[in-house]
Amino acid sequence: MSSNTDFVLAVEGLTVSFDGFKAVNDLTFYVDENEIRVIIGPNGAGKTTVLDLICGRTKATDGSIKFRNRELTRMKEHDIVKAGVGRKFQTPSIYGDLSVFENLEISFPRGRSVFGALVFKRDEEVISKVHEVANMIFLGDQLDKQAELLSHGQKQWLEIGMLLMQDPDLLMLDEPVAGMSVGERQQTAELLRSIIKDRSVIVIEHDMQFVAQIADKVTVLHQGKILAEGSVDKVKNDPKVIEVYLGH
Amino acid sequence: MSYQGFRSLLPKKDLYSFLVLALILVVVLPLSLDIFRLNLVGKYLTYAFVAVGLVLCWGYGGILSLGQGVFFGLGGYAMAMFLKLEASDPESTKIQSTPGIPDFMDWNQITELPFFWEPFYSFGFTLLAIILLPTILGYIIGVAMFKRRVGGVYFAIITQALAAILTILIIGQQGYTGGVNGMTDLRTLHGWDIRTDNAKYVFYFVCVFLLFVCLFIAQFIRKSKLGRLLVAMRDKEDRVRFSGYDVSNFKIFVFCVGAIFAAIGGAMFTLQVGFMSPTLVGIVPSIEMVIFCAVGGRLSIIGAVYGALLVNFAKTSFSESFPELWLFAMGGLFIAVVMAFPNGLAGLYNTYAAPKVDAFFAKLFGKTPVSHSSPPTPLPSKPTNTKTESVTLPQGVVHEQ
Repeated sequence: MSSNTDFVLAVEGLTVSFDGFKAVNDLTFYVDENEIRVIIGPNGAGKTTVLDLICGRTKATDGSIKFRNRELTRMKEHDIVKAGVGRKFQTPSIYGDLSVFENLEISFPRGRSVFGALVFKRDEEVISKVHEVANMIFLGDQLDKQAELLSHGQKQWLEIGMLLMQDPDLLMLDEPVAGMSVGERQQTAELLRSIIKDRSVIVIEHDMQFVAQIADKVTVLHQGKILAEGSVDKVKNDPKVIEVYLGH
Repeated sequence: MSYQGFRSLLPKKDLYSFLVLALILVVVLPLSLDIFRLNLVGKYLTYAFVAVGLVLCWGYGGILSLGQGVFFGLGGYAMAMFLKLEASDPESTKIQSTPGIPDFMDWNQITELPFFWEPFYSFGFTLLAIILLPTILGYIIGVAMFKRRVGGVYFAIITQALAAILTILIIGQQGYTGGVNGMTDLRTLHGWDIRTDNAKYVFYFVCVFLLFVCLFIAQFIRKSKLGRLLVAMRDKEDRVRFSGYDVSNFKIFVFCVGAIFAAIGGAMFTLQVGFMSPTLVGIVPSIEMVIFCAVGGRLSIIGAVYGALLVNFAKTSFSESFPELWLFAMGGLFIAVVMAFPNGLAGLYNTYAAPKVDAFFAKLFGKTPVSHSSPPTPLPSKPTNTKTESVTLPQGVVHEQ
């Protein structure tokens, strides 16, 4: 099948069909070390499905996904996380009944087995890491707050923070600025720029202004296939992209 | 355990609720009730084991099991089998056509003790079986369900079916199980008559002791990261999964813990009541157990004990006067709990009584209310355990499973 590469993520011939409908069809793309890749495309193009496939939530019908040359398509979700892939969901997925501190603490990569969780101790290492991440995501003074009480934007940040606790090599963000105010978008763009050091990021986003701010390379998906790929400027001026996506 | 470790396991507020419960169960009730009533309380307490397990499974983990009676029954029957064998020595069963086997086997034309009964001659094996049988069954059910991501209502229905299956099995195989009558006429434990008042006192205190052991285990789980993970899973299972946890393992674990608690309760039931029958393990008792837990407050392990005590007390007094109306009252109670006070008695207490009690103690001792004091911490915003409290019982938040 696929050969080994230098890429962080190598997706080759990836196909998934739901009752015959091919949501993702023979998709091939590669993500470099420390690259920010933005995936854009109209609704139903298969953007979220691609992330679902990479993180193991959906099983691929065909094709291969290699993360640092490890085949992910047959791995369990939690093993994919342990391999170094982190994923943020489209709607903020945080634990509303727990405090901000506890939300972050759960993502700390230690004590992930049943026994490990029973004997897990909240030591200095955990506490300082939580504080460090909380300060990055602008929630340093909200640690004791019940997460349910955060604003929508803060919840999005909290989930990004939970991923930072995991310290993944590949970070996947599904619409991180959806529903955010202009000010929050600005802050999020700064946040993303500060967290991408030493890791690769895949972002799904609709906001072209935001995309232009952060993207190294853009992939345009349409009906489960790649329509165009390249720099923001190249993609923006591509007539096919304007036709199916940007023109509207 | 270090003092610091103990304090983080049992912060003041929890410590006081443990102490109050201990005071009631160890001092107040034994001194104020005659042995008949105290024995009844002991019987109610055996259901508290199940309710505490349900707090962990259902309240924390969001796993609603409508088949806890199965595990209660496993523990109860294991203990009953041991006692029955002891009561069936050849001397006291010499009028049977096959002396030395339990009477119901003889009535069913069984002439030899079935192989799976043999090990129950040993008390050590019986105690081991009380712990291991529910663990194994819980593990099998857990793997079969949770690894396939069966949850919610489907899981509840399947566990309910299991309760029905076990009842049918016990009734159908009456030669091996005593059938619908159950195992009756249990007399001695190592030659010690379990029907005397003396024995009833001893069993009551053993029961209270074991209940506190279970409560401490539950408290330990609650306060560990596993407890917080359960709450997190109940809320956003996928987020936990994609944070690197094998969610099903945690569910299996907590389900097995609930099963073991229930089985210990069942064994104590047999010892205190003196028999075990299929009517105690089927669908109706299993649902009643959930109601005890819901009434007590499904997020409060101490509340679950009060829930089991109060509902059972109400059941006894109510069914003495209106036996046929009890099931309706029980149904009504369940609806009322779900609709009006979803966090049960513990929720009501925390909302209405706790502030007043705190204020009362503050006045009495001239101190600030205990539940809000926190020890000085090295880091300014280091979370303390009082915070965990506010999180596990958020007032006004309805926890859907």
